[in-house]
Amino acid sequence: MFANHRTIRCLTRTGLVLSFSLCINGSNATHAESVPEKVRFNRDVRPVLSDKCFACHGPDAQTVEGGLRLDVRELAVDDSGAIIAGDANASELIARIMTDDQDLVMPPAHSHKTLSAAERQVLKDWIDQGAVYEQHWAYEPMRSEGLDEADSLTAAIDHKIDARLSEDGLDAAPKADPVTLIRRLSFDLTGLPPESHDVDRFVNNPSERVYSQLVDQYLNSPRFGERMAIYWLDLVRYADTVGYHGDQNVSQSPYRDYVIKAFNDNKPYDVFVREQLAGDLLSPPNRDQPSQEMLVASGYNRLNQTTEEGGSQAKEYLAIYFADRVRNVSQVFLGSTMGCAQCHDHKYDPFTTKDFYALGAFFADLEERGVYGARDRPPMIPVPSEAEHKQLQRFDAQLIELEQQGETLRQQLLAEMPAWEAAERERADRPQIETDHLVVDQSPSDATLSGDWNFVETTFGAHVGSKVRHQQSDGLVQHYFEGLERPIVVKDQTTFFTWVYLDPKNPPQAIILQFNDGDWEQRKVWGSDAIEWGRRPESYAAYRRAGELPETGRWIRLEVAAQEIGLKPNATINGIAFTQFGGDAYWDHTGVEHHDGRSEAFLAALSTPSDQRDQSQTTRLQDAYFAESDIVAANSKSIEQAKADRASFESSITKTVISNSVEPRTIRILPRGNWMDDSGEIVLPAIPEFLGTLEVGDRRLTRLDLADWICQDDNPLTARTMANRMWKLMFGRGLCESVDDLGGQGTYPSYPDLLDTVSVGFVRSGWDVKQLLRSIVMSNAYQRSSTPSAEQVSADPYNTTFARQGRFCLDAEMVRDTALSVSGLLVEQVGGESVHPYQPPGYYAQLNFPRREYEADKDENQYRRGVYTHWQRTFLHPMLKAFDAPSREECTAARARSNTPLQALVLLNDPTFIEAARSFAERIMHEGGAEVDSKVDWAYKSAVSRAADPAIHQTLRHVFESNLERYRNDTQAASALLSQGNTASDGQLDAAELAAWTSVARVLLNLQETITRY
Amino acid sequence: MNDHHTYLARRTFLRRTGLGSVALSSLLQNSLRADTIAATPITTGQRHPAKVKRVIHLCMAGGPSHLETFDYKPVLEKLDGQAMPASVTAGQPIAQLQGQELKIMGPQHRFAPRGESGLMVSDVFPHISGLADQMCVIKSMYTEQINHDPAHTFFNTGTAISGRPSMGAWVMYGLGAETENLPGFIVLTSEGGGQSQPISSRQWHSGFLPSRFQGVQMYASGNPVHYVGNPAGVNRSQQREIIDAVATINARRNQERQDPEVVTRLAAYEMAFRMQASVPELTDMSSETQATIDRYGCVPGDGSFASNCLLARRLAERGVRFIQLYHRGWDHHGGVKQGVETTAKLVDQATAALVNDLKQRGMLDDTLIIWGGEFGRTPMAQGSGRDHHIKGFSMWMAGGGVKGGLSYGATDEFGYNAVENKVHVRDFHATMLHLLGIDHQRLTYKFQGLDFRLTGVEEAHVVRDVLA
Repeated sequence: MFANHRTIRCLTRTGLVLSFSLCINGSNATHAESVPEKVRFNRDVRPVLSDKCFACHGPDAQTVEGGLRLDVRELAVDDSGAIIAGDANASELIARIMTDDQDLVMPPAHSHKTLSAAERQVLKDWIDQGAVYEQHWAYEPMRSEGLDEADSLTAAIDHKIDARLSEDGLDAAPKADPVTLIRRLSFDLTGLPPESHDVDRFVNNPSERVYSQLVDQYLNSPRFGERMAIYWLDLVRYADTVGYHGDQNVSQSPYRDYVIKAFNDNKPYDVFVREQLAGDLLSPPNRDQPSQEMLVASGYNRLNQTTEEGGSQAKEYLAIYFADRVRNVSQVFLGSTMGCAQCHDHKYDPFTTKDFYALGAFFADLEERGVYGARDRPPMIPVPSEAEHKQLQRFDAQLIELEQQGETLRQQLLAEMPAWEAAERERADRPQIETDHLVVDQSPSDATLSGDWNFVETTFGAHVGSKVRHQQSDGLVQHYFEGLERPIVVKDQTTFFTWVYLDPKNPPQAIILQFNDGDWEQRKVWGSDAIEWGRRPESYAAYRRAGELPETGRWIRLEVAAQEIGLKPNATINGIAFTQFGGDAYWDHTGVEHHDGRSEAFLAALSTPSDQRDQSQTTRLQDAYFAESDIVAANSKSIEQAKADRASFESSITKTVISNSVEPRTIRILPRGNWMDDSGEIVLPAIPEFLGTLEVGDRRLTRLDLADWICQDDNPLTARTMANRMWKLMFGRGLCESVDDLGGQGTYPSYPDLLDTVSVGFVRSGWDVKQLLRSIVMSNAYQRSSTPSAEQVSADPYNTTFARQGRFCLDAEMVRDTALSVSGLLVEQVGGESVHPYQPPGYYAQLNFPRREYEADKDENQYRRGVYTHWQRTFLHPMLKAFDAPSREECTAARARSNTPLQALVLLNDPTFIEAARSFAERIMHEGGAEVDSKVDWAYKSAVSRAADPAIHQTLRHVFESNLERYRNDTQAASALLSQGNTASDGQLDAAELAAWTSVARVLLNLQETITRY
Repeated sequence: MNDHHTYLARRTFLRRTGLGSVALSSLLQNSLRADTIAATPITTGQRHPAKVKRVIHLCMAGGPSHLETFDYKPVLEKLDGQAMPASVTAGQPIAQLQGQELKIMGPQHRFAPRGESGLMVSDVFPHISGLADQMCVIKSMYTEQINHDPAHTFFNTGTAISGRPSMGAWVMYGLGAETENLPGFIVLTSEGGGQSQPISSRQWHSGFLPSRFQGVQMYASGNPVHYVGNPAGVNRSQQREIIDAVATINARRNQERQDPEVVTRLAAYEMAFRMQASVPELTDMSSETQATIDRYGCVPGDGSFASNCLLARRLAERGVRFIQLYHRGWDHHGGVKQGVETTAKLVDQATAALVNDLKQRGMLDDTLIIWGGEFGRTPMAQGSGRDHHIKGFSMWMAGGGVKGGLSYGATDEFGYNAVENKVHVRDFHATMLHLLGIDHQRLTYKFQGLDFRLTGVEEAHVVRDVLA
């Protein structure tokens, strides 16, 4: 009955289709108006109150109209007379919903909500029956009835469904035919169609034993994890780009691979949850640091969209990331939609605004920034593969060996050191400074100039000579020279200098001196961080912060020691750049000084008797001594080279974002979600209040505490959420249909008891995901036909009773995988960085910072599974998008399922599918036997796993023949068709025939049967 | 949940006619059209006659300066170079001028009254000035997002949270399209004249609405619509044959499966096949007269804003419901004087040509033209430019149901805060939907347990004073 009840609620949505269904199918609507005899609050009453009344008379304390709340029995059933338990006719509520008086009627006209006759009757019956309330079902403890008595979870599933069907007088659909069944099983558990030998085995012996073996085979296949990841990555909104503004790439594919591996290893779900929410706070047994795997998993907390847009305010974006995270955590792990509580207490569920901010406060310890630097999302770690890990070890071993060699060498050389010291003392009296003037009054003559070398005379004069370079701008501006014919050779003590005068009325925000030793990655910065080149949080050779801007209104000498920007002796400098951000600056005398004498410290050490030198003095002298040895220099060079090789190799290793816990920032409730309003109460981490409180003593609660609470066996939401979603994957709909919301505005489960049974079974198994799925797919219910009988269509159009299986279009990734698999092009390799299938050129033209051109992979990565496709949040691959893959900006628990012309265009014309068709055609010609007929049969069976009937056979044969004729007459057309894609076509085969079979293959890849899971 | 109801409708319909849902919606559209476009799909009561059938949104991406275009502020001229009163700016959100001295900059272009209405328009728009008596300029717009990406998202979806449907998708959901050969919501882009800020496809996404309502982007080079061209070496009759064979085998298999999706799929393939012809026909502008081309001042098909305007007219003629033209060129942080002039030159003539062309063809009366960006720019200088500004900016509308020659609302003397007849983005949405015959409070979609609407949960009002 409540199935029909739902129908009514759905029909209250607007839309063309509605008026249509009412006029054509009015009888159905009438049918649904009948009222259940014994009213159950959660099933019958709550949906009505929640949808029609709670917006004004519900949990949101800010807007309780007329002081009446209907969500709490004590407040509704009282002296006010709104509800008189047992006496509907005396209850004001009933009077108000029944009245014709437009001023009094509830819901009021301005709410645009109305109650149907059936809904009014439900409320009446409920009050007459005593107005009994129940807590919302999803917050009630899970019940294990049925599970304890049954032999297995599978038996319990069938028992409950069969009992219900017999109660409702509905016949279950017959068992699906073996081909349908094995295709369903294979798609559901691996995301790919079954292999022909498995189909043959099962069709020849469709026994429970073989079926059960197939289940195990599929669950143990590495494809299983890839298939499950498709769904999980939707939930956690995994993508390869940052989402906001320039939508730049961000490296987090190791997280994706972690998910695949977790499902393949059958990691218990509670462990899976803990590692993602708090992996950085965990450690494996007998260790005190998190494992690499745990850190990678903790990247979950960093999968939110981020920005690097100029002019963004960090505080605003921290608030945005905060809210994003709360929405995602509550949806992914608790099946709850807390988003509304960002601005006001939830109108339909007992989540308060405080709950929203308190849940977010668990994540206040994450190291993160509101606005990130270019292409940088710290903290990140490199995640080496096994092979890469071994290579790193080889580098380390080599380094150790070189260092040992060096040490031996130095010990040998020490014998000669006293003689060297004596010679040093002799020349200690001759220190010299050699100065090279690069720019005075004119630019260097032997270099290439860029930018505006605007020499002017000023009122305040030059520092040297008469002219200086004036530069003025609103933003970034520079002038520079490069390509000096006689480059500057850096010596032991080399210092660059330039004189600058900053206009006190309009000083720049920042100035930079930059040096070219082959590249420009040597910088020293004065003033703010306004210039982004090389900018990092820490100072380093390519962004050495010198502190404040120099004093304005006078000439100041800026100095840059070669060492501080990473320049070693003998490095050569061919250019210097003068850069400022905004303002007015005057640049003058620029040059370089080489001090060829020894430093004070060296001379002091040298004059100290050797037995009185301290350690640093000894080291200083030895370093200088060894520096003059060619052998030691060669050894040092080798070490540096080895270190550079290691660093370069390490930088090529894929990185991933991780969680890192730092001092938690203060979290306040933001009034109406306004990030600029600091007046709200400070909150500490806490779980939603109506679900309890966590007792841990005085310390602040952590993400691990949150994870532990989520994973408690008796958490009413966690197991229900996950079990319901696993059911949805296996049937196309959940036991509770709203897989994204188990809360008050979600749907009431069609099998509340069964959902509990499956959930409790899941927990008792030790949160064993594979066992849960195995229990479901072994059931009779799973194995039924998805073709509805006429009776089922009319009595249960939406299949809420699961009297039959579901049927639906494959997920976008699987549509792709199926074509590649059937064609033989599929390259199966688990994990790795995301890949780039063919994509229409210019698709990223609307992106900027930086502008970019998509490059399709030219190697075997072109043929990887869809789950590995580069996920550009703002411009998702058009094939994936057409087939309803989500942008992954927010949590998606149920993808839309559409059936559109754009999908047809993809399957007909996308080069991926054309190349797949040609490759499939080659298989047809090689493997399909000698005759056209045998080839047709082989082709059809390869695509859809079953034999072609004569009509289908004839249709395909006709396509072959007519295309053969065309391509025989137009060989150019044939070769055009065959030359698409990276792989070359098989030149041994007759081109016209291959093109004709390609046409047949195109038909097959476009069939409903090929892309549908029945 | 919503699948149900389409499912039910489709089932019942299929039993009678054997057609799919695409055909279904177009059939419904046709019958509604016969009935007059006043019939909106709102379930009960409160229907009102639609003033317009379609929307052409000329989105001036980057944030055009209202102070150099439509909002004349003589006070700024007088106080040029002086400090902005702190009382105006204290505690207000600010973008790139964070932490800097805030100095007033006067209007960089001359303003003059135009047309009989005397609407003030600056010199950068000689052609648009000619539309003065048809335009309704709203000078009191304000928004909530100060950076480009979220501000566009806010303007298109009513929220800065990603994943919600765009206004074009909402309109498609409410009204469907009037064409069986083209998508009902089409997006064109161009750039030039300023820093090209990125534009996300989120701006025309269907969000949680079914994806058939999403905007389809058209391109000036390559296939105008993704995958609309046959594979090399396949001609149209072969493509027809492939589709026929697919249909035949699907139908054959469906004798056993009885899957209504098969029928929908058939209709989808038929529309795809029609699109393969109608899209090239649409983008082949050789039938346009030289006089028309000259009026727009374009090289047809070159991807410029002017060419896109001409294409927009062709889309409108063919029954496309929601047409969005983005021109990415209005982000003038520096050199606002020259920048506005340059970008204006790229859009001025074609904008006017589009409005006049529609008028000449009798289509302006049932078209709503919207012109404006995601926000305005500060009265304060950022060097020689202006920073992002959200507390007051200008947009204009023209076409059916809108009062011409009207200046509505006002900002304060600095052009900073909208102070008179303030129009929030949500109000703008409500007004646009109203003109399409839709009550914004009743255009809802259930998602995650809530009835979502374009105008969200905060109050939104139809701006009745601008309605003709």
